[in-house]
Amino acid sequence: MNTHTKPLRGMTRRQLLTGATAMGAFVIGSGYVAGSNAAWATEMQAMSPEGFATLVQMARDIYPHDRVADEYYAAAVKGYDTQDKAEMAEQGIAALNARAMEMKGDDYLNIGWERDRVDVLRSMEDDAFFQTVRGGLVTGLYNQKAIWPIFGYEGESYSQGGYINRGFDDITWVG
Amino acid sequence: MAAPFDRNDDSVVVIIGTGAGGGVLANELAQKGVSVVALEAGGRYLPEDYINDEWDSFGQLAWTDPRTTSGDWRVAKDFSGLPAWIVKAVGGTTIHWAGASLRFQPHEWKALTTYGAIDGASLIDWPIDDAEMAPWYDKAEKKLNVTRTNGNPGLPGNNNFKVFEAGAKKLGYKEVHTGNMAINSRDNTDRMSCQQTGFCFQGCKWGAKWSAAYTDIPEGEATGNLEVRSKCHVARILHNEAGKVTGVEYFDEAGNLQMQKARIVAVAGNSMESPRLLLNSASSMFPDGLANSSGQVGRNYMRHLTGSVYGIFDKPVKMWRGTTMAGIVRDEARHDPSRGFSGGFELETLSLGLPFMAAFLDPGAWGREFTSALDQYENMAGMWIVGEDMPQADNRVTLSDVEDQHGLKVANVNYSDHANDRAMRDYAYKVGSQIYDSLGATRTMPTPPYPSTHNLGTNRMSEKPEDGVVNKWGQTHDIANLFVSDGSQFTTGAAENPTLTIVALAIRQADHIASEMSAGNI
Repeated sequence: MNTHTKPLRGMTRRQLLTGATAMGAFVIGSGYVAGSNAAWATEMQAMSPEGFATLVQMARDIYPHDRVADEYYAAAVKGYDTQDKAEMAEQGIAALNARAMEMKGDDYLNIGWERDRVDVLRSMEDDAFFQTVRGGLVTGLYNQKAIWPIFGYEGESYSQGGYINRGFDDITWVG
Repeated sequence: MAAPFDRNDDSVVVIIGTGAGGGVLANELAQKGVSVVALEAGGRYLPEDYINDEWDSFGQLAWTDPRTTSGDWRVAKDFSGLPAWIVKAVGGTTIHWAGASLRFQPHEWKALTTYGAIDGASLIDWPIDDAEMAPWYDKAEKKLNVTRTNGNPGLPGNNNFKVFEAGAKKLGYKEVHTGNMAINSRDNTDRMSCQQTGFCFQGCKWGAKWSAAYTDIPEGEATGNLEVRSKCHVARILHNEAGKVTGVEYFDEAGNLQMQKARIVAVAGNSMESPRLLLNSASSMFPDGLANSSGQVGRNYMRHLTGSVYGIFDKPVKMWRGTTMAGIVRDEARHDPSRGFSGGFELETLSLGLPFMAAFLDPGAWGREFTSALDQYENMAGMWIVGEDMPQADNRVTLSDVEDQHGLKVANVNYSDHANDRAMRDYAYKVGSQIYDSLGATRTMPTPPYPSTHNLGTNRMSEKPEDGVVNKWGQTHDIANLFVSDGSQFTTGAAENPTLTIVALAIRQADHIASEMSAGNI
């Protein structure tokens, strides 16, 4: 149920296409999607830039980590930007936008609040497309070694001789 | 005659599988001068090959051949094609195991007598007991060089243990320590000591943890009496008109069907593959599968009552550092029906790396409730619940309609929780959470069972032939020269991690087989 009338309505498609937006991922000209801070950009191989930008936002809304930058979400879903997967992804995004329009009156990417986008996703969470994207993110996002330090995870330690002399028992607040 | 053996040599013992059961049996027989051909479906990986990365290691070691699932267990929904997280390699799941090496409690050999009949449970007593097994446990602890036995000190406690220990002691638990682990707490002639590296589940790169892959297997091969054929998948066990087994058919690495003759066949492929093989070996003489006159092959599949509790604190823990499972509370392992269930459970420290935490913390979950927990990964402590689950006749392995890469029907694993299992899990979640709450945890998470690592039953040991598949020696009731040598022999599961018991049974079985061979009885 959506009782308010989109007080923080997201950007319009025109704003999106001209890059006049505060959203993380946006389309720059034809064939590219980039981060708003210009830290990353990816060239589209098979998906539409709008479709891919929507997919990146969907990925963040499924597994939101505010300290993980968009480039890692983009990397996690870049696998759909191929000849054999783009059609499935675009169809899924089209269905997502149709549901967003039905429930919130706008395209998914234009919905300003995460909770409203999550409402849309919840209504589709048993669909094959949602489950494919979510399942793929479990490895596609969390198995990127570059994000592990954000969570404090140190990965392998064998190359450094384990932790026997490097703090396996260095906790100070118990015992 | 020394290894390698001819495929027409019908004097050999063929062992199928090389893990805690098959790998140990192979070495023990080889040491006694018995000729052994061990057929292993997986490849050979040693410490220098192990990968300290969860998904890469999973890809290297895990059994990912198809299986199917059914029943109300959550694994069937979340991981429908992966009922078990076990290893396909020479040495089997002894590469992956955590090293926890506990003896059964005396009463656990007599579950029916101790607990009484329980509705819906197919409890029986083991045909062996604590006194019978004590000397074999002694040998197993010596072989595995278990901590807190044979004069070995305990392992030092890591960060995750220190949190666990402090909370447990606040709750008044008494038997709290760093466990009885088959991980060296000091160097010995065979293996170096633990370097607190983590990644125990991915294979110990130091070789500090006992694994058949780099102990029993090479020791057996060094005698000249053991030939291990890796990447050989057994398709069926053959028999003659007298109803004795005569050998096996297997697909070799190139995918060609081969035949190996045998005097004795011992099945040790884990509780999913062992019954699958017996069922797939059906013939006109044994239309329901080998050793299945009782209809018990595949039944009473047990996986231990499991679950995890993770606690989040306002300060760092770094639980992944150090030995993964060196921490235990044993106070709840007793049988005390006043808690609302029969049997007991152990609490053991556990950690997963970030990639596996994302996959297993709450499979299928998404959104901020889930990700806000992962955001606190560095401040998490974790424990595993391992308790006795009830054997049930319909929790069973059957043949699926799905076929594997060799055209062999795969195992379907059907499992549903018994009411006793649910009562025990709820209680264990509660006390596990209290351990962390007592130290000021800001959030605790009762985490559902992972794909099974403890796979038990399905060829259970019984006094009466109609109640099970094998006798007290692991010899099938129906066929004198066909043995079962893995955890599928388990009559009941007990609360303890099963490897030490599987090893003790294998050492004992080797003794029996060798003496029966000498006596000309088999």
